[in-house]
Amino acid sequence: MSDSGVANAVAPAFTAAAVSRRAVGEGAWLRWALTGLALLFLAVFLVVPLVLVFREAFSKGWDVYLAALTEPDAWHAIKLTLIAAAIAVPLNVIFGIAAAWGISKFRFRGKQVLITLIDLPFAVSPVIAGLIYVLVFGSRGWLGPWLEAHDLSIIYAVPGIVLATIFVTFPFVARELIPLMQEQGVSHEEAALTLGASGWQTFRRVTLPSIKWGLLYGVILCNARAMGEFGAVSVVSGHIRGKTNTLPLHVEILYNEYQFAAAFAVASLLALLAVVTLVAKSALEFKHQRDRERSARAATRQEEL
Amino acid sequence: MNWKTLIAATALGLVVSTPALAAREILNVSYDPTRELYEQFNKEFVKHWKAETGEPLTVRQSHGGAGKQTRAVIDGLEADVVTLALAYDIDAISEKTGKLPKDWQKRLPHNSAPYTSTIVFLVRKGNPKGLHDWDDLIKPGVEVITPNPKTSGGARWNYLAAWAFAQDKYGSEEKAKDYITKLFKQVPVLDSGARGSTTTFVQRGIGDVLLAWENEALLAINELGKGDFEIVVPSVSILAEPPVTLVDKNAQKHGTTDVAKAYLEYLYTPVGQEIAAKNYYRPTDPKIAKKYADAFPDVNLITVDDVFGGWQKAQKTHFNDGGVFDQIYKPSE
Repeated sequence: MSDSGVANAVAPAFTAAAVSRRAVGEGAWLRWALTGLALLFLAVFLVVPLVLVFREAFSKGWDVYLAALTEPDAWHAIKLTLIAAAIAVPLNVIFGIAAAWGISKFRFRGKQVLITLIDLPFAVSPVIAGLIYVLVFGSRGWLGPWLEAHDLSIIYAVPGIVLATIFVTFPFVARELIPLMQEQGVSHEEAALTLGASGWQTFRRVTLPSIKWGLLYGVILCNARAMGEFGAVSVVSGHIRGKTNTLPLHVEILYNEYQFAAAFAVASLLALLAVVTLVAKSALEFKHQRDRERSARAATRQEEL
Repeated sequence: MNWKTLIAATALGLVVSTPALAAREILNVSYDPTRELYEQFNKEFVKHWKAETGEPLTVRQSHGGAGKQTRAVIDGLEADVVTLALAYDIDAISEKTGKLPKDWQKRLPHNSAPYTSTIVFLVRKGNPKGLHDWDDLIKPGVEVITPNPKTSGGARWNYLAAWAFAQDKYGSEEKAKDYITKLFKQVPVLDSGARGSTTTFVQRGIGDVLLAWENEALLAINELGKGDFEIVVPSVSILAEPPVTLVDKNAQKHGTTDVAKAYLEYLYTPVGQEIAAKNYYRPTDPKIAKKYADAFPDVNLITVDDVFGGWQKAQKTHFNDGGVFDQIYKPSE
């Protein structure tokens, strides 16, 4: 009984696989060739350069590597990069949730325009993003004379760098959440409200738990871009060492000063950030998948009951 | 929820640990190849200032193509002093912002240029293409590396040196224009600053000849590839005077006028002149110049004032929008 049960369970699966293979209709060689090609591409364009960055970084030994990272200008660049990300990411989380909430849960005129506008930073070159701020806040710009009269500086100072970072990263969270929240619809929230929950309670207890993975995913991507941004920040930075230099700009400076080992040492920090981002992203996807499967299983079980 | 506390603490720590600036600081906005020069000079000056006054001082640096840096100062980068590649850029700052007087160039000796330089050719070892003078550069198959005259001061000196040669050799402005047109057809990449071009030529191995600041060429030979490159001195080149000046209004605002002035004057002292010479800039102090005479080849030098009637005129004719450079250079070709 138990034996045949196993056989029965295995057999359909086996045939299904065979059928699907036949359905694709290609031999094993093609699958291998395609997989091999994809792997080769990855190796040439991703893995090899990444390995080279680290090799170059350590080409003059640990001492030079550590010295490059602990040198005051580098250390300041690291701090500035973290500060910019620490301001830009939370603001974009708030903005992203607000925008996604508004777009997915309500109907209003101009919604499509809003969605398009959110995508704008993806479409605009980062250099233009930087120049926009020079036009607005530069001394010959729109607000420039007023700022100067009040002794405030935005461009060529930390606020400009933070603004540019916010601009280039603001679609990440919203873009991640909008499809997710649209898919989920409003029925759960409506139910919660009918049962007497306040708006804030509904958001915290119903909406937030259901979007948390998407939100984290958006935050990770947003953070990676915030720390890695070069173009927009380069335009508004003024490149003052130890003052308005972020990590990517510091890499450029070191490279231009023929300090290649140091340049790649700092670059390796950014590469490390990329690796951590990818690992965190995969871990999240894995967890999210498991969560979904579990709830799906729970749902089926309930139906069976 | 320990991790939340941790993140909050880290963020707070970062903000707090950003040092409260007790010491005065001045910002020197400079052009591309002076990175090594000012790194050494700043150290010396900070030491000197501390010894003289007892005050600790920080000198901040910003580098980039001269045109780009000028633009940044005009748009509000608060330089206390500018040390740029040519007088026209400082004129532009004076004209557009009014932050320094029009006659700034008369405030310091030698047209406010504490050191000078010139334009030479850097070629690969053994000079395989046999490039000896400006007219060799337009031979078929020769790739010339120079930065973009729109953004780089060095590139404008390159261009004017080439023009001066052609005008003298071929006898007319028309023919000089033909020569320049041909020359820029042989340029595969225009970087935005002199340092970018050096990297293109030396590190990436592109091109047969780099039109370079003498200081940049000597630096490349001595620091990067001893034996890989050679300097060729053309029959005629241009006297490049990279000027320095105080940006009065910025310094007044920061309360740094005294130290910024002292900083610039220190460039003219024997200490400053030696540092310039060691970084391959030609010192203007005759004594130091004599001491380092061996380091610099003899070049037959013309000046912008003689051939082009000054920087204002040269800039207007050649480099402004719609000028000669715009007419002859078409990147799509």
